[in-house]
Formats: sequence, C-alpha cells, structure tokens
Amino acid sequence: MVEPILEISNLSISFFTRAVEIPAVMDFSCKIMPGESMGLVGESGCGKSTVALAILRDLARIGRITDGTIKFNGRDMATLSDEELMRVRGSEIAMVYQEPMASLNPTMKIEQQLTEVLFIHEKVSKQEAYDRALEMMKAVRLPDPERMMRSYPHQLSGGQQQRIVIAMALLANPKLLILDEPTTALDVTVEAGIVELVKDLGNRFGTSMLFISHNLGLILETCDRVTVMYSGEAVESGPIHEVFGAVRHPYTQGLFRSMPLLGKNRNSSPLVPIPGQLPLPHERPQGCNFGPRCSYFTDGVCNRADIAMLPAGTPSHQSRCLRIEAIDWDAAAKGGAANVPTAIGENLLDVHSLKKHYQVAASELFGGREARTVKAVEDVSFTAREAETVAIVGESGCGKSTLAKVLLGLETATGGTALFDATEIQSDPIDKRSTKLISSVQMIFQNPFDTLNPSYSVGSQIVRTLERFGIGSSTEERESMMLELLDLVKLPRAFATRMPRQLSGGQKQRIGVARAFAGRPRMIIADEPMSALDVSVQAAITELLTNLQRQSRTTMLLISHDLSLVRYLSDRVIVMYLGHIVEQGTTDQIFQPPYHPYTEALLAAIPLADTTAKKRKVVLEGEIPSAMSPPPGCPFQTRCHLKAKVAGGLCESVVPPMRVLTDGHAIKCHLPSEVLDAMTPVIS
Amino acid sequence: MLNFLTRRLGVMALTMICLTFVVFYLVNLEPNLRKLAISQTEMHASDEHIESWLTKNGYRRPFLERYAAWIGVWQKQPNIDPESGKPVSRFSYCDEPAVPVFAGVIEGDFGCSTKFKTKVADKMLPALRATGLLMFWVMATMVPVALFLGILSGMREGSKLDRVLSVLSIVTTSTPEYVSGVVLTIIFGTWLGWLNGSAASATGDGITFYNFTLPVITPAIYGMGYIARMTRASMAEVMTAQYIRTARLKGLSFYAVIIKHALRNALIAPFTVIMLLFPWLLTGVVIVEVMFRYQGFGLALVEAAGNNDIDLMLACSLVSVVLVLATQLISDVGYAYLNPRIRVQ
Amino acid sequence: MEFLSTSDIVFRALAQFTPVWLSLFVLLALSLLFKRKLGLYGYVVETGTGFAGVLLLAFWLFTAIFAARIAPFDPLGQISAMKDALPGAIEKISGQPYLFGGDKLARDVFSRMVFGSRIVLIIAPLATLLALSVGIMLGLPAGYFGKRIDSVLSFLANLILAFPIILLFYLLVSPGILETPIPYALAGVFFLFPIILLYTLFWSGYRAHPLQMAIRLLLTSLVGGWLFATFVFDHDPFHILRVSPSTLNIFAAVALASGPGIFRIVRGLTLEIKTREYVQAAQTRGESAWYIMLWEILPNARGPLIVDACLRIGYTTILIGALGYFGLGMPPESPDWGTAIKESSRLLRAFVHPALPPALAMMSFVLGLNLLADALREQSLKD
Ligand SMILES: Nc1ncnc2c1ncn2[C@@H]1O[C@H](COP(=O)(O)OP(=O)(O)OP(=O)(O)O)[C@@H](O)[C@H]1O
Ligand code: SF4
Ligand code: SF4
Ligand SMILES: [Mg+2]
Repeated sequence: MVEPILEISNLSISFFTRAVEIPAVMDFSCKIMPGESMGLVGESGCGKSTVALAILRDLARIGRITDGTIKFNGRDMATLSDEELMRVRGSEIAMVYQEPMASLNPTMKIEQQLTEVLFIHEKVSKQEAYDRALEMMKAVRLPDPERMMRSYPHQLSGGQQQRIVIAMALLANPKLLILDEPTTALDVTVEAGIVELVKDLGNRFGTSMLFISHNLGLILETCDRVTVMYSGEAVESGPIHEVFGAVRHPYTQGLFRSMPLLGKNRNSSPLVPIPGQLPLPHERPQGCNFGPRCSYFTDGVCNRADIAMLPAGTPSHQSRCLRIEAIDWDAAAKGGAANVPTAIGENLLDVHSLKKHYQVAASELFGGREARTVKAVEDVSFTAREAETVAIVGESGCGKSTLAKVLLGLETATGGTALFDATEIQSDPIDKRSTKLISSVQMIFQNPFDTLNPSYSVGSQIVRTLERFGIGSSTEERESMMLELLDLVKLPRAFATRMPRQLSGGQKQRIGVARAFAGRPRMIIADEPMSALDVSVQAAITELLTNLQRQSRTTMLLISHDLSLVRYLSDRVIVMYLGHIVEQGTTDQIFQPPYHPYTEALLAAIPLADTTAKKRKVVLEGEIPSAMSPPPGCPFQTRCHLKAKVAGGLCESVVPPMRVLTDGHAIKCHLPSEVLDAMTPVIS
Repeated sequence: MLNFLTRRLGVMALTMICLTFVVFYLVNLEPNLRKLAISQTEMHASDEHIESWLTKNGYRRPFLERYAAWIGVWQKQPNIDPESGKPVSRFSYCDEPAVPVFAGVIEGDFGCSTKFKTKVADKMLPALRATGLLMFWVMATMVPVALFLGILSGMREGSKLDRVLSVLSIVTTSTPEYVSGVVLTIIFGTWLGWLNGSAASATGDGITFYNFTLPVITPAIYGMGYIARMTRASMAEVMTAQYIRTARLKGLSFYAVIIKHALRNALIAPFTVIMLLFPWLLTGVVIVEVMFRYQGFGLALVEAAGNNDIDLMLACSLVSVVLVLATQLISDVGYAYLNPRIRVQ
Repeated sequence: MEFLSTSDIVFRALAQFTPVWLSLFVLLALSLLFKRKLGLYGYVVETGTGFAGVLLLAFWLFTAIFAARIAPFDPLGQISAMKDALPGAIEKISGQPYLFGGDKLARDVFSRMVFGSRIVLIIAPLATLLALSVGIMLGLPAGYFGKRIDSVLSFLANLILAFPIILLFYLLVSPGILETPIPYALAGVFFLFPIILLYTLFWSGYRAHPLQMAIRLLLTSLVGGWLFATFVFDHDPFHILRVSPSTLNIFAAVALASGPGIFRIVRGLTLEIKTREYVQAAQTRGESAWYIMLWEILPNARGPLIVDACLRIGYTTILIGALGYFGLGMPPESPDWGTAIKESSRLLRAFVHPALPPALAMMSFVLGLNLLADALREQSLKD
C-alpha cells in the first residue's frame, strides 16, 4: 500500500489572545497521497491558512496545536528538531501564497532569491545553481529568463512574480507544494495562465499539492480531491467529482446555490444565499457549527453533541452532517422563485467617444521636464437605459474605474460627450453639479471595509447623505427615513448606532447600498461590489441589489471582472481593454460566438464549478501593457492569439474600427467574417 | 538622475537665499544694530555716538544693497573717514581694502567678525574642524550601538529583551543634553573624578579620553534612543513581512533570515533618519560645546548671537543650512540607492 | 546651621507632596475602576508603560496645580543665610528646611523646582496645541489638493526646518526683538489659526443646521476673541489672565519651531487617507473640500496625531528648557527648569545639589510623555 505524503489527523489549533482562546481549527483530518492534489475550500476566516502554516510549523507565536498530529512522509512534524524542520522546509514542503509582490524580498535580485534555495539544501556550485534556476524559470514559462534573473521583484508584473515564487518553491523538488490562494491577487486571464501552469507542473514533477482557495471553480480545475471547510472544521471531503456531482453537506450545497453558475440568470433562477453569518471562532454553537444557518436543522438532533465525519455514499466521500440520509439532495432550493423580467425604459445615459487622459508631470514647483500622458479611457461609446443593467468588463487598468469617475464628476473628460438624461455632464466636476444630478448618479464601492468612515456611526453616515441631498426637512424626519433605509437593505434598526468596525463585510456593503439608494438615484455605478465578499455573502448582496433595482427602476452600471456574475446580473455587456471598448452587445450576444479574441480569452478564464460543463482552452500570453505606452494598432495585439489570422500585419498598425455584426452587437477587430463565423462556443 | 540633481540644487539655492535673507533681516533690526554698536563702542555710548558709529561703518546703507554686497553681487563700500573725507578700510583687523570691491559669499569672502576681530573664515575653519571631530565621534559611538540595540529588540517584537531595550531607549530620548550633561558630569566628574567636566583643554592640548568622553556621550545618549526606536520599528515591520516568511519557509535558520533578508530592508528607514539627524546634532553640539566649553562651531554661534556679530552669524546660518540640505540630499539619494524599488525604474 | 538627616529629607519631601499623592490615588483608582468604559485610555493605563507615563504626568500636573501648597518658600525669595546651603539645612526664621538646599542666590531649590513645573505645564501643551492647529490647517490642504499649494507650503516648511533651532531662538527670542513688531505679528498669525480652524470646522460641518452653526460660530468668536486679545495684545478685557510679551515671544518661537513637523505629519496622513473609499464616497455626495478634510479625513488621522502631540509636548518641553539654558526669553530669576539647570551647571564642581532636582524633574516629565506616547501607539495599533 502507498503511504500518504501528508496525513493530518484530528488537528486542532488555537490562538491564545489576551482575552480569549480562539479555536481556529477543530478536529481537522485530511490525507494527501503522492502525486495527488488536494483542494481546500472555504470562506474567509474558516482556518484554511492556519492549517497550511501548521503543516510547516510556522504558526504565529500565540498559535498552538492543541490536539492531533500532522504526519509528513510518515514522520510526525511535531517531533522534528529545529535542524530537521529547516531541512524539510523548502526542500520537501514548499509554499506559495497570495501576494506575490509581498513574498519576494524587494531588495534582492531574483537570481539570488532563487539560487538561495539550492545553496541551503544542496551542495551545489554557483554555476550549477544558476543553471538549475534558469531551467526552472523556463519551466514556469517566463519570457526572457536571463534578464529576469537580474531584475528586482518590482520590475516584474504580478503574474511574473507569482511564476517566480512558484519556480522558487519547486526548485528543490519538494514532495508537497502548498498553494494558499495563489491567484487571488491576479487578473482573470493571468490567473488562468497560473492555473494552467500549476496543473502542468504537478503532472510533470509528480509533486503533491495542497491547493487552498475560496473559489470552487478553481479547485475543480486543479484538484483530484477536495475538502470543504466551515468555521474551523472540515465539513465534507472526497474525490472532486463525487463531491461536486453529489453534494452531501448542506453548507456545500448552500455554496453552490449561492454561486452565479453560468446557466443561471437573475430572472429564471435567482441565487439562494445562505442565511445568517459565520459564527466567531469562540462563539460557535453547540453541536453542528452550521446549525443556525442550516435549513435542514432539526432540534434535538443537530444541536446535541459534536459531530464526527460520516461516510456519505462512497467510503471515500465523507460529510459532517447527521441527516445525510434524511435530506432529499436533489430537491430544488426553496425561495428561489423566478421573477418577471423588468421592462427596459428610455435612454438615460448616452456616452459618445469619451476620452480621459491624465498628465503625469514629474515635479510641480518647477514644472516637470516631460509630462507623460496616460490614456486611461480612449474612445468609449455606449448607452444605458432606464432599469437596465449594463456590465463593464475588463481586467485591472483597462479604464473601468476612470470611466466611473468621469460619470460621477470626480474627473472631467478630455474629450467626447456623456449625456445623462439629455444634459451633458462629462465636463462638470462634482462641485459644479446640481444636488439633483449628484443624487441621481450614485456609487457603490468595491471594498466594504473602506467605504464607511470608521469615525462615525452607521446611521449618522446615512443621515448625512440625506442631509446633503436635501431630503427630509428635519433631523427627526431624516432619522426615520434612515431607519426605513435600514429596513430596505434588511438590516436590524439597532444597527443605526453601531460603528462600522462592529459590522461584518456583508453588513457594511449593505450600508453602502443603503447610502447609494438614499437619494433615490436614477443611475447606480457599482464598482466590483462583490469582489471583496465571500460567496455566500455575495449572493445575498446580489439579490438585494437586483430587488432594489427592480423596485426603483434604477439603471445600473456594473463594473466587474467576474463574468459569471455579469452573465447572471446584466442585460448588456461592454468589454473594455486598455481604454477601448473592444466588444459590446446583449449578454447573450457576448456569451455566444462570434467573440472578440479578448472576450474569448476572458470566457475561457472563468473557473467553472460545474462538473458537466466543458471549456475550450484559450490561454493568453504576456500581460496587459501599461496605459502609459499602449501598443500601436489594435490595443490587444500584444497578447492576441488570433492575430495571425489577420493578413498584412494590419493589427500592428491600424486601430480596428468598431464593426456592427448583428443588431446591437459590435466588435473592434480586424478578423475577417469567415474567422468570426467559424468560432465555436468556449463553454459547452 | 541628473535632472533630479539639478532640480534639487535649484531648490537648495533658493532655500539658502530665502534663509540668509531672513537672517540678514533679523540681525539688521534696529535693536540688534544698536546691540552691535554698543558692544563695539563703549558701554554707555550716547545715542548720537551709536548713530554715528553705525553710519560710519556702513550700517545705514540701504538694506538690499548691503544684502547684495554680502552675497557678492554688489560692491562692498569702504568707510569714509569723517575728518579727511577719504575712504579707509572698514575693519582694519580684517584687512579690508579701502576701495569698493566685490567681496561677498560667492567670491569666497564671508566677511569680518566684529566679536573676534578677525576674518570670519579664519574663525570658522578651526571651529568647524573641532566640531566636525566632535560630531564624528558622537556618530561613531551612537549609530552602531543604536542600530544594534534596535535590531535586537525589533527582531523579536514583544519579547522581554525588546521591552527592556524599549524602555531604555525611551529613557534616553527623554534626556536632553543639558540634563544628561549635568547628571553625567556630576557622576563621572564631581563624584568619581574619572572624566573631565570641561573640554576646554581639548582645543589646545588635543583630545583625550579624559576630556572628550563626556562631550561625546552626552549628545550620543539623547540621539541613541531615537535611532534605536526607529530601527526597532522598521525591523519589527520587516519581520512581519511576507518575504521573511518566504525566507523562513525556504529553510533558512532564524539568524540567517535576519542577516540575509531582514537587515538590509530594515536599515533603509533608519539610514534616512540618521542622515537627517546631522542637523539635529548641530543643536545638540551647540549645547554641549557651551556646557563643556569646547571651542567649536557652537560656541562661535553663541558668541556671535550674543554680540550680534552679523557676518559670523550669517556664516553660521550658511553652514547649518548647507549641512541640512546636504544631508537631506544624501538621505534621498541614499534611500534611492538602498531601495531598488526607487533606484531601478 | 542645623541639618535634617537624609531619611528626614526624604520623608519631609514626600510629605510635602501630600495633596499630589491624594489626587494621584483618586485618579488612578478611578482610572483602573472604570478602565473598560474609558476606551483607549483604559487600555493604555493597563499596560506597564502607559501606567508609568500617566503616573509621571499626573504627578507633575498635580504638582503644578498645588504648587503654592507644596512649596514651603517663595521660589524667588532670597534668604541670604541660605546661600549654597546643603540639602536639609533649616532656615532659622521660619524653622522650615531647605529640603534640597539653597542655590547660589540663596533661594530654596525645592520650591523652585515645584514652581518650575507651572511654567512648563502651561507653555508646552499650549504651544503644541497652537502648532497643531497651524499644522492641521496647512497640512490638510497641502495633502488633499497637492499641486502648487503643496509645493509652496512644503517649501516653506522645509525652509523653517532648515533653520538650526538655536539660531532661530537667538534671532527670535532676544530681548531686543520685543521692541519690534515681529513677535506680536508672528503670535498674531499663529493665534489666528485655531480660530480659523474652528470657524472652518463649524462652517463646513453645520450647513444643514444654521442655528447650531450660528451658536458655535458665536462662541468661537467670543472665546477666541478674548484669548486673542489676552495673548497677543496682553489686554484681557476681563483682567483674568496676563501674558507678558516675553512669554508670548516664547509661544511664537516654539510654535514656529514645531509647526513644520506637524505640518509634514498631517500632510502625510492626508495623502494616505484621501485614497480611502469613504473619502470618495463623500466626494460623490458632493461634499465641499473643507468638509472632507475636516470631517472625513481629520477624525481618522487622530490616532497618530495624538501620539505625535504627546511626543511633541515632550520635545517642546526640551526646547523651552533649552531656551532657559541659553538664557533666552525667560527672565533671569525665573524658576523654570531650564534656567535653573543653566544657573547651577556652571558651579558643578563646587555644588551638585542645585542642579539635580530641575534636571531630574525635566527628565521625568518628558519621560512620562514619551512613555504615554509609546503606550498609545502600541494600543492604537492593536485596534
Ligand atoms: N495570529 C492570529 N491571532 C489570532 N487569531 C488568528 C490569528 N491568525 C488567524 N486567526 C484566527 O483564526 C481563524 C482562521 O484564520 P485563517 O487565516 O486560517 O482563515 P482562512 O481560511 O485562511 O481565511 P482567508 O480566506 O481570509 O485567508 C480566524 O478566525 C482568524 O481570526
Ligand atoms: S447536522 Fe443538522 S444542522 Fe448540521 S448540517 Fe446536518 S442537517 Fe444541518
Ligand atoms: S484586431 Fe487583430 S490583434 Fe486586435 S483583436 Fe483582432 S485579431 Fe487580435
Ligand atoms: Mg487565508
């Protein structure tokens, strides 16, 4: 019989703070066989990283393993001496984590950081170390590795940095590679590249992997087995296709139901959020941790005593639920009744060849030598109608947020026009705008932890907004309107006096929504409103937004890079790249061929959490160029995988015109019609 | 880089002009001129006497003209002997010529000290040399010790050692030179008799451990805590950085992580602090020189200010502003050099 | 001459401070009792450094308050028999001892140390407050607007920072300068800042509540006007306070010396906080620039600013001591610690006792501030 590489049994870890003991992980078991990759999913704070660091015995000083064992290659990690531990770290177990920039030493060249690993663990000559490092750089498919060896980390892009971190981890041929959210900080197409690489390297070097992620789709793409964690415990584990194909724990089921899977849309199959919130680690309920949020909860059964992992169907599939047999797993979710689509109204926003260039000067007092121009938004035209949701999709730096700023009046346009309700707004800064206009165009921000001023109570911030917009005539009236707004976003009225730090991320985002809707806006710009939230919270906020929008017939510009969410929420989609709109059309048109090559790549990059769906592979090379020096010709030409199909190097010299394909569907590409027509769907 | 330097030099020149102008204005205020006149004539001089002295020596010439002459873009005028009506040298003890000349700062002439009856340059150069020596020894004792203590306490934040060292640094930053000078002199000078409470002999007989230790450690103690705390903060921050974990998980030992990965990053911030400490040290040096009677720049500054010795004061301000700006420049360039994120674009 | 024994000196000295001990006891008992309700302060007194800092500061605060009760002698009074008397010498007429001896002008060192605390405890915090309002009023727009305003203000701040402090003091705090309008003009400008700050604060924050705004503006005008008249013109219409021109001069010089430092800190904090989304949210509601600076940014900069203010009061104390040490600003007979150190340090070879009390007093007060600042920083980082 093959011995497992890693065997964790009944692991419990606590953090001992001054006030309380925080049990971060409880009774966690998992086994990884040689060459196998294990996925670890769960929402933030459920203890994933703690498990990973415990394996390497690198917990914070206040953290301690209180029970259980971690066996690596048959040896108990707890019994290793310091020297042995140092030998294991890096050479047998290596780790890659979320922020690639932060994981590289900023003052050391890449070469030094890479070869160091070899010098620590093996007796190698300088030349040999260099050669092996270089070889590994090639293996992680970095362009121009010799030059990169001589660079400092900040000279590389995020994706390149992460490749280097992976190269560093694999250099000493470890038996186990732990990846803790390795792609969370990266753009979707870059993420797709890294995921490809990780899968490939796993097969090539036979390394076992522990892949930690909050994204079920990524786990499905990369792993053989999966363990789902909830509140410090493993709640379900098993071979990936069994778990994804036949979910046997209500929490996992809830996760799937709250995800905007590609087939869903907000009218036919609304999301079903998991009610309630993650309990604090030291305030967990008696019995099943998931009990208070579980719709199958049965008093006297589920809350009696701690629950162990139980077999669920096959012996390798386990779940921490007492009612596996009793639950009808194939029944449709309750509450997810279909909605009638809202009727779309008249044009509200009309943007025509809008431009926004920034001048970045070197010094102000004496005037910089060469002022450089950043073309953040270059030639953007679209319309948005009443009660319509228009999604703006694109990766970081494509100009989405700048566009939002111009519409909000935080910046003024360099050229073009933006008509809001038939008045030009593109060159009015916000202090020149009327209160009515200001309250008609409002914003929901990305980071809920940052949108509320930490110094004021939640209620007073909403009241202030009402005050600014001249709504209500007295403080009392505004107070009562504020309470109604809290009702509207489904928060208890008692929250009015709370400070923002006493709220969870999802609750803060609700306040953000309440504030945006306070002035009865006609248009809401939502800048990545869900990206900082956990899946189950995302679902709740998504539903809230949809319902509010349906009731108030507000237009919504949804800025997002998450195509599943976009498909679920929006009526029309605009795809941006480097300040240009490269494709626009109705949601169906965008998700069906013909595609713009960039849209095609974006679609292929979506991590699908659906075992039945098949995806065509399109992996982009390189990174997004800087908006300071955009390439000549087509903005996408440096990464385009279809460029070869355009004759005469047209892509490198001429900016393609916007071509209308069918009614309302337009793309900015030189590809001849035959190529476009021959395209097959990315996802089937 | 060149661009950056020219711009910086421009700002520096502007700063110097503004600053010396302000000083020039202040030392030429009426009460200050009278103070000068009184100290240059006799104690109970009458108002007329004072006025005539001021007129005779050119202090009643237009303000801007005198400032321009000091800078050296205008001619310095000789005195006119009231009896003969002939031009005579303004300050004979400085060999000033009896004809109008361009003799300002840009010509290398810093003027004449009325207090010490000699050329400013002749007074300043030895004083600066003496102060430079003092500052060197202060830095040489203070910086290594402070960095070492800071690293030691920052590498294990919250440990016992860290707490003890932190309190120690706080105590030393709370002890200004004129306090520690007094206390140390009492302990080592008056009670134990190991060290000399005066450094007056250092000027003539050269420095010895006996006469120079107290002037060196007095400002060193005050600054040490400050640098140590900065270093500790910087070190503690670096120790929590992700790349330190990377290094640890590569299999490096604790001390190898400190030496190879933490130190360089942790020393970037203190470096700039240390450079910016030079101007601050100048103030400390003034106090120490006065306290220990050490003939250096500080004592010269105090004497000049006490007697409104105009040219000497201007020279002192020029020296200190050059020091301030030069250290700022070094600090910025050094920061860029140490931090590749800024150096390599 | 009769002398007390060493243990008697210690005991009598401690006994003199009885009102201070009582007040300290009450304060600390209350602090520890209600520490959970006292927010950050509660956490701070719980730590060792914080407790020590509060203890030292409260000690000097109460000493300053009860100075007249604690000090057995007039700090300026000279009793010629007691010239250079050693600690514990008993003064014949009153029968009271010169606990820490007499100085070369035959004054009681103990009483002078006790009264010296008043000068420091009034000037240092007030001057820091003044510098703080200047730093805030200029640092906020420099950081928020950037561009030319920032360049100009930063240039000015750097200009002042380029002045060696001692030279600045010699130029600004000489007796002669009181004959010119410079110190009054300087102080006048500085004292305007807190008033302008409050005006802007209320003006920008209470747009929607005209009545409340009017009340606050009126109050500001009245109190501000009174303080302005008192400090800058030495003309208190109510004859409550007196501020001599030389004290005013010290205020102005010290505020000028620490203003640029605070300016830089506020500017840096503003640069950082203005990128926050809640600032953008305020902008998208159409708030005015000053509302955003004063009501959205400033409250969130308070943590580091309080810590800095603590450190800066300590630094200001040291500066005031330096002024005394160089004989600038203070009248020569002033009991402040800096002057006392200067007076006694000349004669260290002969007499040690007049130098130690003011030196240790100065050190312990600054130490208290630094300890408190350290504890505040530690605790606010934990939040
Ligand atoms: N150093 C620490 N001190 C105290 N509590 C800690 C510490 N580190 C983690 N915790 C607590 O342990 C629990 C698990 O944290 P952990 O970081 O492992 O979660 P995670 O699943 O990795 O979350 P994320 O998805 O956000 O990375 C959380 O409740 C967290 O607050
Ligand atoms: S044990 Fe009960 S409460 Fe827990 S998940 Fe199963 S059904 Fe739900
Ligand atoms: S124009 Fe050319 S480079 Fe641009 S997207 Fe089309 S095929 Fe690719
Ligand atoms: Mg984590």
